[in-house]
Amino acid sequence: MDALDVARWQFGVTTVYHFLFVPLTIGLSVLVAVLQTMWHRTGNERYLKLTKFYGKLFLINFAMGVVTGIVQEFQFGMNWSDYSRFVGDIFGAPLAIEALVAFFLESTFIGLWIFGWDRLPKRLHLAAIWAAAIGTNLSAYFILAANSFMQNPVGFRINPDSGRAELTDFVAVLTNKVALVTFPHTLAGSFLVAGSLVVTVGLWHMMRNRDSADTGAYRFATRFGSWVVLISSALVVLTGDIQGKIMTEVQPMKMAAAEGLYTTESPASFSVLTVGSLDGSRELFAVKIPYLLSFLGTGDPHGTVQGINDLQAQYASQYGPGTYAPIIPVTYWSFRFMIGFGLAAAAIALLVLFSQRKGRTPTSRWLLRAGLVMPVLPLLANSFGWIFTEMGRQPWIVFGEMLTRDGVSRSVSLTEVLTSFTAFTLIYATLAVIEFKLLVRYARAGVPDLTPEPDDDTDDAERPLAFAY
Amino acid sequence: MELTTVWFLLVAVLFTGYFILEGFDFGVGMLLPVLGRDDRQRRVLINTIGPVWDGNEVWLITAGGAMFAAFPEWYATLFSGFYLPLLLILLALIARGVAFEYRHKRTEASWKRRWDLAIFWGSAVPAVLWGVAFANIFRGVPLDADHEYVGGLLDLLHPYALLGGLTTLGLFLTHGAVFLALKTTGDIRGRAGALAVKLGAGTAVAAVAFLGWSLTIRASAAAVVLAAGAALALLGGLAAARVRREGWAFTGTAVAIALTVATLFAALFPNVMPSTGDPAGTLTATNAASTPYTLKIMTWVAVVFTPIVLAYQGWTYWVFRRRIGVQNIPQH
Repeated sequence: MDALDVARWQFGVTTVYHFLFVPLTIGLSVLVAVLQTMWHRTGNERYLKLTKFYGKLFLINFAMGVVTGIVQEFQFGMNWSDYSRFVGDIFGAPLAIEALVAFFLESTFIGLWIFGWDRLPKRLHLAAIWAAAIGTNLSAYFILAANSFMQNPVGFRINPDSGRAELTDFVAVLTNKVALVTFPHTLAGSFLVAGSLVVTVGLWHMMRNRDSADTGAYRFATRFGSWVVLISSALVVLTGDIQGKIMTEVQPMKMAAAEGLYTTESPASFSVLTVGSLDGSRELFAVKIPYLLSFLGTGDPHGTVQGINDLQAQYASQYGPGTYAPIIPVTYWSFRFMIGFGLAAAAIALLVLFSQRKGRTPTSRWLLRAGLVMPVLPLLANSFGWIFTEMGRQPWIVFGEMLTRDGVSRSVSLTEVLTSFTAFTLIYATLAVIEFKLLVRYARAGVPDLTPEPDDDTDDAERPLAFAY
Repeated sequence: MELTTVWFLLVAVLFTGYFILEGFDFGVGMLLPVLGRDDRQRRVLINTIGPVWDGNEVWLITAGGAMFAAFPEWYATLFSGFYLPLLLILLALIARGVAFEYRHKRTEASWKRRWDLAIFWGSAVPAVLWGVAFANIFRGVPLDADHEYVGGLLDLLHPYALLGGLTTLGLFLTHGAVFLALKTTGDIRGRAGALAVKLGAGTAVAAVAFLGWSLTIRASAAAVVLAAGAALALLGGLAAARVRREGWAFTGTAVAIALTVATLFAALFPNVMPSTGDPAGTLTATNAASTPYTLKIMTWVAVVFTPIVLAYQGWTYWVFRRRIGVQNIPQH
C-alpha cells in the first residue's frame, strides 16, 4: 500500500459518499418546487403540507451534500496536485464557474426559502425554491463538463514547453458530447432517487393509516413519485443507450471492460453472465445474447466492438508498455448492478401504481416492504454507475493524456493521506448514521399540521419567526 | 492591467469577502457558549446567521475555484503543501455546517449540547488556522524548483504564523460580537456590545503586532498605508461599539478585516507564494497563472456574474435585516 492507493481510495469513498446526497438534492429540490407551485396554483392545502413535509426531508439531506461538497473541491489540490497542475488551465474554469454561477444561487436562495416563509411575499418565496433548484441542477452541468474532460479530453492542446494541457476552445469543453449526454443521464438518475423517496414515505403512511385526513395527500404523493420514477427511468435508459454508443467510440476499452469482451467481435454478443479468471485477464465461461452488444454499442447489429486484448495491444504500441485495461470484474459487475438496481426501482414504481388502479388502496405487505427498500435501489444504481465510469477510465486520470499514478500529490506522505482517509471515513460514517436516523424520524412524523396565520395585532418585533434553527 | 493582475486582485477580493462574511459567522459560533446562557439565547445567536451562513461559505468555494482556474500552480502547491491544516479546516466546516441544520431537529439537551460543541470547535479551528495559513503564504514556505512543498507540519507552526492565527481569531471574535450587537435585541445585545469592546482591545494589540511584523518581512508603500488603515478602522470600530453605534462598529471591524487581508496581498504582489527553499520555487502571479485565453474567459464570466451575485446576496441581508431576540424564537 502506498500514498497513491490510499489517495485513490479516499477519492472513491468521499465521492461516492458525496453522491449519496447530491441526487436527492438535485431531484427533491425540483419536486418540492413543483409541489409548492401546485399549492400556489390551486390553493389546496394538501400541496402545502406535502411541500413542508418533503421540504424538511430535503433540508436534512441538503446539509450533508453541501459540507461533503467542499471536500471535493479541496481534494483536487490536496491529493491530486500534479493532476491539478496538468489540467488546471482547463479543469479549474468549470469549477470556478460552478461556484460563482450555481452554488451562490443555490445556497443564498435556499436560505431565503427556509427562513422566508413569513418574510417574503408568496410569489417571491416560490421563486426562491425554484432559484435554488435551478442552481443545484446547473451545478451538476459544470462539474459533469469537468468530469467529461477526463473521460474525453477536447478543446485543448499540450504545451510542448511545459508539458501541460492548455485550453484552446472553451465552448468545445462545455459542449463535450460526453458532457451533453452525461448531464441528462445523471439528472434522470437523480430524479429516480428523489421520486423513490417520495413514493416510499407516501406509501408507508398511506398503508399504515388508511382513514386519516391526510391519506389523500399521501395517495397523491405516492402516485406523483411513481410517475417521476417511471419517467426518469425511461430517460435513464434512453440517455444510457446514447452514452453506450459514445463510450464505444471515445473510450472503447471501457465498453469492452463493461462487457468482459476480450477479443474483438463483429457482430458482438451481449454478456448476460461472464465468469472470468480471478485477475480478470481471460474469460472462463459466458452466457451471451448474440448481436445485442453490437447494436447497443454501434446501433448496427453487425457492428464491430473492439475487445480488451486487441485494445491493450493497440494502446501499448501507442502509449508505450503498460497495462491499459481497468480491473475487469469491477467494471463488469458495477455496470450490471447499475442497470439492475435502476430497473428494480422502476419495477416497484410500476407495482405501486398498479396497486392503486381505480382508487384502490394497496394492502400487500410485500408491496410495503418493496416500497421501503425502494430509495436504496437507485442510490446503489447511481453509486455503481459512478464506480463504473471512473474505474472504467483507469489507468488514466485524463484518458489518453495522463495516468492516474502521475496525478497524485508528490508532497503528501502516506501518513498524511492515511490520517485524512481515516478522519473522513470516521466523520462520514458517524454523520451517515445521524442523518439516516433523522430522515427516518422526520419521515415517520408525517405531514405537519398547518399553523394558523398569526394575529395581525401582534407587533412584528414580538412575533415568533415562522422558522428558526 | 494584465489579466494575471486582475485575477490576483479577484482572488484577494474573494478571500476578503470570505473573511468578512464567514468571519462573523465564526465569531458567532465561538461566542455561542459565552453569550448564550440558555438554549433560547443560543438559538437567537444561531438564527442571526441562520439564513446567510451557507451563502457566506460559498465565498470560500469560489475563492478556491478561482485560484484553481486562474493560478493552478498556486492552488496545487498551497493545497497539497498545507495538507493537514486544510484537513482540519475541512473537518471543522463539515461538523459546523451540519450542526446548524441538525441542532434544532431534536429537543434533548444532550443532542443540542453535542451540536453546540461542533459549532464552537467548527468555528474556532478555522478561525485560527486561516490566520496560520495566510501568515505562511505571506512569509513563504520551503518549495523546491518544481514548486512542491518540501517542509513538514512543524514548518508551518512558527511564532509569526501563530501570531497570525491569534490575529484572525481575535478579529473574528470581535467582528462576531459586534455583529451580534447589531442583530439582536435585549440582554444579548448589551452583553455582546460590551464583550466586543473587551475582545477588540486585545485583538488590536495582536493585529498591530502581526501587521508590524509582516511589514518587516516584506513591504510596499501601499501595504504600509493599508496596515495603518486596518489599525485605524479597528480602533474606530471599537470606539463606535463603546458608544453603542453598532452599525458603525460593524463597518469598522469589517473594514479592519478587509484592510488586513489587503495589506498581506499588497505586500505579497507580484509573488503569490514565495519560496524560502529553492528561490526558483517561488510562485508569482505570472508563473503560477493559467493561459491568457482561460483568464480572458474567466474574466468575462466574473464581470457578468459577480454583480448579480452581489445584488441577490445583498438583498438577502436586507430581507433578514430585522434584529431578533428571545421573544422571536418559536417553541419548535
